[in-house]
Amino acid sequence: MKTESKPAEAGAGASSEKWLRMYRGMQMIRLFEEQVNELYTRAVMPGLAHLYIGEEAVAVGICDALNRDDYITSTHRGHGHCLAKGASPDRMFAELLGKEAGYCRGKGGSMHIADPASGNLGANAIVGGSAGIATGAAFSAKHRGTKQVAVCFFGEGALGQGLLYEVMNLARLWNLPVIYVCENNMYNEYTHFSETTAGEVLARPAAFGIPAESVDGQDVRAVNAAASHMVEQARAGNGPGFLLCNTYRYHGHHVGDVSRDYYRAKQEEQKWRAERDPIKVLSEWLLGEKLAAQAQLDEIQAKAKSEIDAAVAFALAAPYPGVDQVGEDVYA
Amino acid sequence: MPEVAVRELTMAEAVREALSEEMRRDPTVFIMGEDVAEAGTPFKVLSGMVEEFGKSRVIDTPISEPGFTGIGVGAAMTGLRPVVDIMFGDFLTLVMDQLVNQAAKVHYMSGGAWKVPMVLRTTLGASRRSAAQHSQSLQAWLSHVPGLKVVLPSTPYDAKGLLKTAIRDDNPVIFFEDKMMFRLKGPVPVEDYTIPFGVADIKREGEDITLVATSSMVQVALGAAKLLEEIGISAEVVDPRTTWPLDEKTLIESAKKTSRAIVIDEGYERYGVTAEIASVIATGAFYDLDAPVKRIGAMHVPIPFSPPLEDATIPTDKTVFEAARAMCKRS
Repeated sequence: MKTESKPAEAGAGASSEKWLRMYRGMQMIRLFEEQVNELYTRAVMPGLAHLYIGEEAVAVGICDALNRDDYITSTHRGHGHCLAKGASPDRMFAELLGKEAGYCRGKGGSMHIADPASGNLGANAIVGGSAGIATGAAFSAKHRGTKQVAVCFFGEGALGQGLLYEVMNLARLWNLPVIYVCENNMYNEYTHFSETTAGEVLARPAAFGIPAESVDGQDVRAVNAAASHMVEQARAGNGPGFLLCNTYRYHGHHVGDVSRDYYRAKQEEQKWRAERDPIKVLSEWLLGEKLAAQAQLDEIQAKAKSEIDAAVAFALAAPYPGVDQVGEDVYA
Repeated sequence: MPEVAVRELTMAEAVREALSEEMRRDPTVFIMGEDVAEAGTPFKVLSGMVEEFGKSRVIDTPISEPGFTGIGVGAAMTGLRPVVDIMFGDFLTLVMDQLVNQAAKVHYMSGGAWKVPMVLRTTLGASRRSAAQHSQSLQAWLSHVPGLKVVLPSTPYDAKGLLKTAIRDDNPVIFFEDKMMFRLKGPVPVEDYTIPFGVADIKREGEDITLVATSSMVQVALGAAKLLEEIGISAEVVDPRTTWPLDEKTLIESAKKTSRAIVIDEGYERYGVTAEIASVIATGAFYDLDAPVKRIGAMHVPIPFSPPLEDATIPTDKTVFEAARAMCKRS
């Protein structure tokens, strides 16, 4: 199990720039999601909100290993993936509030953010539902000879879905440049994954001959190192990879899932927050290695905060779509 | 008008010719499905195509309908034009999430940002003694879903022109072929042509009664029309060709002209294609109708195996003839 790697050829300057970029990326997601929580709790945001807080290192570590024109598919808990792949928070918030300026003109909402400009094929609210689309994008990249790679994000709940195994079989058979990223936050909604998942997770990709790795999903450097290796392999024509990221969802399944005692203990949540927080893990390492000063990190956070605040203000002020748009975009 | 070269092709040949021409014209078009390459499908519709286009464009898949249909959706979103082959229409049940929750909704949910230019070819039709899991006509299920287009060709000419339109369309299109009609012959021009969606075709003109029929039922309606002619009833046979988009105008106008209409489709009668079309006619031609619109579809039973039982479940020339005669009050 690989947990850490540093690019040997990169100097301290290049390296710290990269980790600071990821620090900022994780802060953006954390601050974005805190605002989502706030907007939802104040009843400004309609629908459902599934927060990514606690899992930031996964999206950021993986998307930093990708090019802008590489593809991702995301999940119902997808805000982190979308932001990390390059979506801008103002149009994200606008979509979350159902505004016309949103990425989907208000037609998709929180669970369906899609953005061709950043290679985001869309968040999917069917658990495991995007495995076909991601694998198809990889098929297309190979067929067209573009060297693009596709990443399929899914939660461990999707391990129960048959589609995933069908496309893993196909991806190996056809040597497709796709990476299956399993975010194991330990809970399928309100049920511990051990109650739903037989056998070992990594035995699944192994059965198809897909190279697989398990990483500490709270350590963005570990995630990024493993992802970079798999992306490199996929781009070189060596086919699919499977990355199991062990992580934790700080909040409930959705905002409003407040009484969680029946499925997990408060102490468990507190322990992860205190000891395994991805932002803390990275910042402590940056400070310890003297790759950044506290003031620098504070400044990054403050800038991120004002960007998020401005994005929220933009979305709140943005108009709703006219009802005349309801019939548009059914057909291309 | 210049002389146009016309040959007789079978339905299977017309489908194959449409696919081949589109694959020559557009390198992004490819076919994917179970036993489509060397085998050319169990119905031999695609025979010879892998020899011309190679295995990278005529692609055999494992028996994983949801998996390769999902791959089709993703490939369509990212620059290719897949033609996904689902051997039996009954297997549509396996790919419903990929069609209904994914392909049909991607364009809308993304506010128009992504498109899914994919064709899914599949079969319909009973009377092949294939029993309940290889005989259904499930076009109503997919016609129900916004975002999909549904095509039901009834002649080699229509099959070729409509399939070319389907491949060039930027939306997911479900293309149903009646597996009992692959050997049916009909005239097909040599020249390139397409047939627009949402334009019904009057297969036979008549004055006394309108028979609206889809796919396999067009031949049944034409057979019934011949029987009706013998007793002095002039039947008009209208083929909508696509259930969505639906050419409501032509259906209503024909019913207004004849004042009677029967709708025939091989899908289950209850909650089926016939119900929707009958409603369109009943609403649009209400004041011109002499009788309630009648519907004829498959019986509300799983398709049985035993030949006399199976034959009792699907509409025939004779059942349509009897219904039309009764509606026209002739003995």
